[in-house]
Amino acid sequence: MKMLAFLANPDRFRRLTGPALPVAGLLAAGLILAGAVWALGFSPADRVQGEAVKIMYVHVPAAWMAMAAYAFIAVASLVGYVWRHSLADIAAREAALPGFVFTLLALVTGSIWGRITWGVWWDWDARMTSMLALLFIYAGYMALWRAIENEGQAARAAALLAMVGAINLPIIKFSVDFWETLHQKASVIRADGPSMPASMLWPLAIMALGYTALFAFYVMLRMHTVILEKRRDARARPARAASTATISHPAPAGPDPSSPGQGEHA
Amino acid sequence: MTDSPQEKPDKPAARMPRRRRQQRLMLAALIVPALTGAIGLAVIAIGQSQVYFYPPRDLPSASELGGRTVRLGGMVVEGSIQQGLETDTSFKVTDYEKTVTVVTSDMLPGLFGENQGVVVQGTLAQDGTFVAARVMAKHDENYMPAEVADALEDSGRLEDYKNKGLVD
Repeated sequence: MKMLAFLANPDRFRRLTGPALPVAGLLAAGLILAGAVWALGFSPADRVQGEAVKIMYVHVPAAWMAMAAYAFIAVASLVGYVWRHSLADIAAREAALPGFVFTLLALVTGSIWGRITWGVWWDWDARMTSMLALLFIYAGYMALWRAIENEGQAARAAALLAMVGAINLPIIKFSVDFWETLHQKASVIRADGPSMPASMLWPLAIMALGYTALFAFYVMLRMHTVILEKRRDARARPARAASTATISHPAPAGPDPSSPGQGEHA
Repeated sequence: MTDSPQEKPDKPAARMPRRRRQQRLMLAALIVPALTGAIGLAVIAIGQSQVYFYPPRDLPSASELGGRTVRLGGMVVEGSIQQGLETDTSFKVTDYEKTVTVVTSDMLPGLFGENQGVVVQGTLAQDGTFVAARVMAKHDENYMPAEVADALEDSGRLEDYKNKGLVD
């Protein structure tokens, strides 16, 4: 908790994560490039699937990150909800778009992979259905943030949705064990160790790390941007409002023609 | 006027009444598990009443199904695939307990083959033949480089790996 309170200061956060930003960006570019070259150029074809197995190097890390981003949102939401750290709310909100994109990427590449190996673009098995549900939860979460004008209220409502929606994560993970599915069972994160040779596991791990760096880069960059935007808006506001404003409850950005005195309820 | 947000107390938590924070923690600790529990139970209930596919031993009889479209899943029996130019394809699906004959006019997926997993969707005819409108190949979670598999086959050791469950 000490650590959380420490990081909740926007300036301290910016100071500490500032140097990490270019590192994460370069790591993301380097690892994804290296992973893609390794996966496409040097990793072996599969005994059963042939070259089609190479879709795995895009699909599997995307699906992992779709779930990891959601877990991140759920934890940040809990911190934002209970301790009212507005940076945690911002972190949760800004992680939603990359999470949504990773989910979409996993679904689209999975569909193409499925067409090649299973013979169908889509079928309603538990893994695919629960992953589609994740996409809808992401969409609903982002919509909820935009639907409520007061940022504090939006944060609380979205946080509850995010925390409740986290039940979908174990459902996705264990869907292939709980039910009969068309989708195969887990190959990497499973009790008996990976059922995959090192020649496939390495490029997969590098891609996964690259995706993680990309996610970290995006979320940190967005958080920095939002902090600076809030500061700019706080400065632009009338003196009385500015003196009572805090970084945690600023006025909604943008002019509101219906109420010129908006933003002072903060 | 020169007041900038930097000079605000840096711990919002410290400014908040402790009681309200605890109330929110309690609220989150009650609402979230209650709702997730409800959703979780609903999912388990759905999972128990719905099956994605039947293995041959669990496939209800044609009269029980009453022409309903269902899925059947299992392994394609070695040597059971019969493909004619004019006729439909037929093959047998087994779970090593029971075996069902499947007839289909659907295109067969690339991974379809003997001793490979398959999920077919269609109806069960009165004579016990499964008429599949859709054939999907199922593969398992084991990956193995093609060259390694060839080398193992040459040395006759692929069977060992199969027995260990490393490949099938």
